[in-house]
Amino acid sequence: MVVPVSYYMILSALLFSIGVAGVLIRRNAIVIFMCIELMLNAVNLLFVAFARHHGSGEGQVFVFFVMAVAAAEVAVGLAIIIALFRNRETVDVGEVNLLKL
Amino acid sequence: MESLFFFIFAAVAVVSALLLVTFRNPVYCALSLVATFFAIAGHFVLLNAYFLAAVQVIVYAGAIMVLFLFVIMLLNMGHSSALEVVAGKYRRVAVVLLMAVLVAQLGLMVGRQIGVSPEPGDPALFSENIPYIGKLLYTDFLLPFEIASMILLVALVGVMVMVKKDPAKADH
Amino acid sequence: MDFAIESLIKVVVMLGALLTVVAYLVLAERKVSAYIQNRLGPNRVGPWGLLQPLADGLKFLFKEDVIPGHVNRIIYIMAPPAILIPALMAFAIVPVGDTIPIMGKQIQVQVANVNIGVLYLLALASLGVYGIVLGGWASNNKYALLGGIRASAQMISYELSLGLSLIGVLMISGSLRLGDIVALQANQSLLGFLPAWNVFTQPLAFLLFTVAAFAEANRLPFDLPESEQELVAGYHAEYSSMKFAMFFMAEYASMVTASAVIATLFFGGWHVPWLIQPGDQSLFASLLKIFSFVVKTGFFMFLFLWVRWTLPRFRYDQVMWLGWKVMLPLAILNVFLTGLVMTLAR
Repeated sequence: MVVPVSYYMILSALLFSIGVAGVLIRRNAIVIFMCIELMLNAVNLLFVAFARHHGSGEGQVFVFFVMAVAAAEVAVGLAIIIALFRNRETVDVGEVNLLKL
Repeated sequence: MESLFFFIFAAVAVVSALLLVTFRNPVYCALSLVATFFAIAGHFVLLNAYFLAAVQVIVYAGAIMVLFLFVIMLLNMGHSSALEVVAGKYRRVAVVLLMAVLVAQLGLMVGRQIGVSPEPGDPALFSENIPYIGKLLYTDFLLPFEIASMILLVALVGVMVMVKKDPAKADH
Repeated sequence: MDFAIESLIKVVVMLGALLTVVAYLVLAERKVSAYIQNRLGPNRVGPWGLLQPLADGLKFLFKEDVIPGHVNRIIYIMAPPAILIPALMAFAIVPVGDTIPIMGKQIQVQVANVNIGVLYLLALASLGVYGIVLGGWASNNKYALLGGIRASAQMISYELSLGLSLIGVLMISGSLRLGDIVALQANQSLLGFLPAWNVFTQPLAFLLFTVAAFAEANRLPFDLPESEQELVAGYHAEYSSMKFAMFFMAEYASMVTASAVIATLFFGGWHVPWLIQPGDQSLFASLLKIFSFVVKTGFFMFLFLWVRWTLPRFRYDQVMWLGWKVMLPLAILNVFLTGLVMTLAR
């Protein structure tokens, strides 16, 4: 029995909303970043589910590009966090709210 | 059989995602995210996207998460318990409201069935997944492919520039 | 159902064979190192020391398993299996033989002929980093952490050359399945008499892949994670008895897997040149093919052991220089040259 695409929509929406909740709740910048990755993965899952539903390969190719861009984004984002840590000695987003120390 | 595996992988993904949001220790969060990535790779295999399943494990679970773990360990945050969840009383309320909105959206989506039945499409997409994707990447999607490689190059150079310590400045 | 039972039996046989080979590889290392250093190795426990692995295994089992109080328990216990399991899993797609006639049916001597074979190997190579990083971190010890991070930085850097050097092989084979790659090498011949092994068509890729495999398995000359133990401490400094044994089993298992993969991708796997006609399906031919695979893999395992006791160790900056500034450009050059030759030959 083929799993209908609405099941994948529910799963993807659930993962996405857990990611959003994580971004809002957590204060550690790295964990916030990880929740963003979770959101990206939820969307990837939905792309592939629809690629199978429509029988076209474009969904899968788009996921490929999302993964490439996500990899670049993670590298740059973590570099920013490291630079931030070097200056402020913390990655708590509640404490980096002033431009000047 | 496929629905059994779907529910197993879905359960693992959702439970790991919830653990990601609730663990205090960032290393445990990173490991739950790895578990989520494996579950999603399993879903990709169920959806006949074999190439993407392998790339998911290689890129996300094998490279990106290792990078996260490196940064967490080098910034030595594994042991701090001072990073608390949710400060301020209105933040909790806002989160609960937002989750309620999202769940309401989910309910609407399930209620309204998707009217289109699955289209069969090109069987080569599922039987010979990798040659098909390869051909698509180099014909229809050539420009995005080249731009993606430029993005990766720019990210590489940017990271080098940002993390380099300036030797003239004193280190405190 | 039939398929499930057949696969299950294959998995059990493959795992049993692999673990036995790993145990005897430890003995082989000690004997080879002994003969290179002009002494005899272990020869007391059984003839030529053949029961030594049994004695070692018993010792590890009976040793007291100490978990220091200051470690992160869950991850400390999880790290050794996290590095052993990917090392063992990689053997699932290696074609040990062609087909073997058992009870009238022709059974593939390969646990799973997945259509993403080579990508599966690269994925498992990437996953091998976790056990080391987590083992180093869980030990709650500055030196173990630094040793673990250095070891994983080395493994990550050489994964790139590992993957890129394979692209030349894939361009020639046109398929990611290991069964197809071996079949292509088996069914053709170069210049009339040479078997069409990829080592003749892709010598640079063979060299790069072998060096990268040495680095991935943390073997000399890329021995830093282990040598740290002599200098300061390594990522397995806080581990004792069975967990420590698992770390070392993982290293030897990845050696065996690397040898098997090199034999499969570059030396034709189970192909026996000149002696067996393609299409020969008798029991003798199948057994000879399995034997030829074993001989080729054994030669590469011996190469791993030989190099360890011959070459000195690299420094960390030399390792990084080699991985990024020499091997990566050479691998890209190999892809370019292969493409050029393939286009001109058409």
